Amino acid sequence: MVAADSEGPKEPGVRMFHRERSIPLRGSAAALCNNLSVLQLPARSLTHFGVVHGPSTQLLSADPEGVPLAQRQLQSKESTRVSPPLITQVHWCVLPFRILLVLTSNLGIQMYESDGSFMVFCHALDSGDASPAQAVFARGIAASGHFICVGTWSGRVLVFDIPAKGPNIVLSKELAGHQTPITDIASEPAQGQDCVADMVTADDSGLLCVWRSGPEFTLLTRIPGFGVPCPSVQLWQGIIAAGYGNGQLHLYEAATGTLHVQINAHARAICALDLAPEVGKLLSAAEDTFVHIWKLSRNPENGYIEVEHCHGECVTDTQVCGARFCDLSGSSFAVTGYDLAEILRFSSM
Amino acid sequence: MSVRTLPLLFLNLGGEMLYILDQRLRAENIPGDKARKDEWTEMDRKRVMNDIISTMFNRKFMEGLFKPQELYSKKALRTVYDRLAHASIMRLNQASMDKLYDLMTMAFKYQVLLCPRPKDVLLVTFNHLDAIKGFIRDSPNILHQVDETFRLLIEVYGGLSAGEFQQIRQTLLIFFQDLHIRVSIFLKDKVQNSNGRFVLPVCGPVPWGTEVPGLIRMFNNKGEEVKKIEFKHGGHYVTAPKEGSFELYGDRVLKLGTNMYSVNRPVETHMSGTSKNLASQIQESIAPNPLAKEELNFLARLMGGMEIKKPSGPEPGFWLNLFTTDEEEDKGDDLLAMMDEL
Repeated sequence: MVAADSEGPKEPGVRMFHRERSIPLRGSAAALCNNLSVLQLPARSLTHFGVVHGPSTQLLSADPEGVPLAQRQLQSKESTRVSPPLITQVHWCVLPFRILLVLTSNLGIQMYESDGSFMVFCHALDSGDASPAQAVFARGIAASGHFICVGTWSGRVLVFDIPAKGPNIVLSKELAGHQTPITDIASEPAQGQDCVADMVTADDSGLLCVWRSGPEFTLLTRIPGFGVPCPSVQLWQGIIAAGYGNGQLHLYEAATGTLHVQINAHARAICALDLAPEVGKLLSAAEDTFVHIWKLSRNPENGYIEVEHCHGECVTDTQVCGARFCDLSGSSFAVTGYDLAEILRFSSM
Repeated sequence: MSVRTLPLLFLNLGGEMLYILDQRLRAENIPGDKARKDEWTEMDRKRVMNDIISTMFNRKFMEGLFKPQELYSKKALRTVYDRLAHASIMRLNQASMDKLYDLMTMAFKYQVLLCPRPKDVLLVTFNHLDAIKGFIRDSPNILHQVDETFRLLIEVYGGLSAGEFQQIRQTLLIFFQDLHIRVSIFLKDKVQNSNGRFVLPVCGPVPWGTEVPGLIRMFNNKGEEVKKIEFKHGGHYVTAPKEGSFELYGDRVLKLGTNMYSVNRPVETHMSGTSKNLASQIQESIAPNPLAKEELNFLARLMGGMEIKKPSGPEPGFWLNLFTTDEEEDKGDDLLAMMDEL
């Protein structure tokens, strides 16, 4: 496996990543973006993984050594159409009082208890004003406060109000801002007085919309695309990290929408980004088989966004489709690949 | 998910089928005057190719194909190719048809996976069509049919966005998911590993519109560049030389989708050298799914547009064997090794 390190003198502890034991999957991962969700439960020494296979999703939990403990498969709802239901994304939403597992598909949205044992809510997509040439689907999932936001094929973002417990979930609003299918949504807890932006939505045209969240969601600024999709986006301390279909990674100031960093990061489309928020580490994965880890920071003098490359990992002959950090310090990560029936794990600990 | 995928799937798989049939028919070529009644001549070969190509590019059939619709099951699509392969006097036995379909699907899967940009699948399609026009260059009517399809492709796909092509790519890859049939020509060229997975090189030209990885640029509030840092990205990429042509005629640049069975085949030269030799060999077969009622209707509509020529007169169907001998069919893992050019 080819690995490239650009460790600076400030990061002696994070050097080589080595392969850890893989976790086998019942079904291979589908060629979707953001196709891995991880729920870390350090208090219970457990990590949950979610991977979309196609018409079904696999959930499994593993111990710190990667030994699988429990697994479950969730099917999308029955389709009345000929074409099989296709799940587009699976994601755990951590809300103030509960954790819900959300599935999006070409039929709609399903929300489950966090272990996938029980479906709490479902919402069918309205394909009313779709032209015949448009595929109808939901994609892009994020929790924001006590809301869960889900993107759709039309560019509308559905905002669901989630009670502290029980199934009384309500579609409370629809956000307009995009005209092309949503790809990903990122959010972070509101940072305080200065940092008002706490949600970013991205779409197939590369457009990013920056929002201040509820009870009323306000569109703060729009960052236009440049002809390629933005499949994955993250938000950290007012910094937007956006991965694009041409392999570029951009860092924007969320409050103003200004581009501060442009990285020629990958040779193929970026398919996943993840953050280790406690340490400001960013992970980028792409169809070029590479995973790169970056350290985000702000210049103490002028507050400008800065970035440093920490590590590059080549996942040989694997078109990566999902990647997530597995611990809060960003010292380990997991990767899924198209056609691969296992979750690959890497650690530098 | 994309409802514009079926024409690309059909045309590219059809193109691969024609490459294989053409190669096998040439291998059986007997000079016309020396041929016995049951042997193939060059005239027979041209006739088979003409019959299949004109069926494939039938105008009504194409118009039905290009309507926005979901991809249907593998079983339904396989039936279309069974019919297409028998649109001439040529007959294939079940094992030959199975092998043909395996080769077609793995070839196109390889092409989709290796496409630098999602939009390049259109260039792959054009490569197939360019070659098909070469097969029927003596038949102006069929040539016209193919050109019409070419124009339809440009009309429908020419204006699609990068995002729509990414959706098409994902839809195609989902269709090909879990197919790991080993193909001897791929194994020999080291583009496929012995476990059936394709080699993804980390060298060569980047896609058109992508920069070579390795550069970080930082800007101030006014958009002025203030710092430039390089980082080691791990691959060995170079800039893309030029963009392939999306016109009716032109240099496609991309070699994916050209005829890899022809003698002077243009092959991708930059490949990673290592091929892993894993203990288990994965051989997958597509489990037959019972056709749903709706799929039968879809097929009936497609077939309705397809004019299948019945063999006229007292000629029997000519059998083409895609295997060297019947005994070799039983040889399991050695099968691929036995199939010389294929």
